[in-house]
Amino acid sequence: MNAPFIEQKGRQTLAVVDCDIHPAHRTPGELLPYLEPRWREHYETHGVHVRQALPSALMYPRMMAAGMRADSLPEKGGPAGSDLDLLRRQHLDPVNVEFGLLMALSKGGMEERNPGLAAALSRATNDWQIDRWVREEPRLRAGIVVPQEFPEAAVAEIERCAGDRRYVQIMLSSRPSDPLGHRRYWPIYEAAERAGLPIGLHPVGYNGGHPSTGSGWPTFYLQEHYVFVACMEALASSLIVEGVFERFPKLKVVLVEGGFGWAPALAWRMDKHFEKFRKEVAHLRRRPSEYLREHIWWTTQPIEEPAQARHIVEIIDWIGWDRLLYSSDYPHWDYDNPSFAFKFPMTEAQRRMIFRDNAMALYRLA
Amino acid sequence: MSRHVVCPAAELPPGARKVVVVDGREIGVFNVEGRLHALLNRCPHGGAAICSGVVTGLSQSSGPGDYRLERRGEFLRCPWHGWEFDMATGQSWCDPRRTRVRSFEVKLEAGSDLVMGPYVAERYQVTVEDAYIVVDL
Repeated sequence: MNAPFIEQKGRQTLAVVDCDIHPAHRTPGELLPYLEPRWREHYETHGVHVRQALPSALMYPRMMAAGMRADSLPEKGGPAGSDLDLLRRQHLDPVNVEFGLLMALSKGGMEERNPGLAAALSRATNDWQIDRWVREEPRLRAGIVVPQEFPEAAVAEIERCAGDRRYVQIMLSSRPSDPLGHRRYWPIYEAAERAGLPIGLHPVGYNGGHPSTGSGWPTFYLQEHYVFVACMEALASSLIVEGVFERFPKLKVVLVEGGFGWAPALAWRMDKHFEKFRKEVAHLRRRPSEYLREHIWWTTQPIEEPAQARHIVEIIDWIGWDRLLYSSDYPHWDYDNPSFAFKFPMTEAQRRMIFRDNAMALYRLA
Repeated sequence: MSRHVVCPAAELPPGARKVVVVDGREIGVFNVEGRLHALLNRCPHGGAAICSGVVTGLSQSSGPGDYRLERRGEFLRCPWHGWEFDMATGQSWCDPRRTRVRSFEVKLEAGSDLVMGPYVAERYQVTVEDAYIVVDL
């Protein structure tokens, strides 16, 4: 019955750490002051060049107002997620967010094809996160955006930012040019391990380059919404099987917005044949599931809502209650409010782990 | 049960909506082509302030290639996850068995009837000449 949810208080009493908040530019030119003059001129003259189809072919509005919560447009204008004051009133204050992790998706250089511009956009986006958001709102933390297709430049950007504790992770798009276990990305993992920062993988909008499923393009947004799972499965298995965690034993990877219900099935399938394939992947010294459970964390949004709530509990029992991190995805339309979204039974200790303590420890937020 | 005058009828013409606070509860009052609805401003699914959502109909189909929008103006779509609720009953289209947005009886009443009654006027001085929107809690 829905009565308990209606009767719940509107305000969340338990402090939470939100591992997925999307800040947006107020105006298309907002990043310009943060770009070096040479790249500002390039950006104004040529624009960005990312892996995407024609702009009119982009899959929006995506359910709601341009993929956003229909109530999240700032009264004073600008796109959803661009107004810090509204973020405070609509999310940080009522939900009692102790720390909120920014996931800056827009024009960050993650998908940019021009190497110099990709690096410049990443630097600008990182400085912008601090200047416009973290400096103004001490509850927020930034994620280091890197030009991930150019690992040497990505490492330079990680090293530029990593000493500053306002950056708590390194962000990678889960739509890379190659599966992320590929050796050309390994310098990024080496730098992450050296800096002691987790890698956060988040889907970035346009699916450019590759069809978003292994067997071609989806027809409906309902399918597209699901394929975040497919790309995360491919990347998790790539990182594990190519030996990334064998080479970088301290590396921690957070899969953001890719679900977690599929984790046991992927691990079972890989483990089933592991012994027989040992000659092919002799660089792996442990079963794939062991790397998965030791190195991967999962954010909750969009939380699954099975008809039998206990099914989700069984999956979390398998993954580990210490591996799940609450995320809201504010201001996107499939936002999860911590007071309402979690409809399965949890002990008070489990609730504290998912909503706060796991993220506090992983990101060293205290 | 208590009855509450929430606004003069002139403030809620067809197509308009208002969110009012009655007895500490936020309630959205809607006038959809002359039909009045009053719903608690809280989505029972995800907790959104549902009364800022779009008033819409149902997409229906008899099979691939056939799409019809039916029952226009009878459903309220939540601004977050898009759950649709029958505004007349509060029943959820997505989970009709278990989920319902709280709905209240709402009527248009003549001021001449109201000035006598056991009514609680929230913010309005009721006059005999005008009509009012009245919600039962």
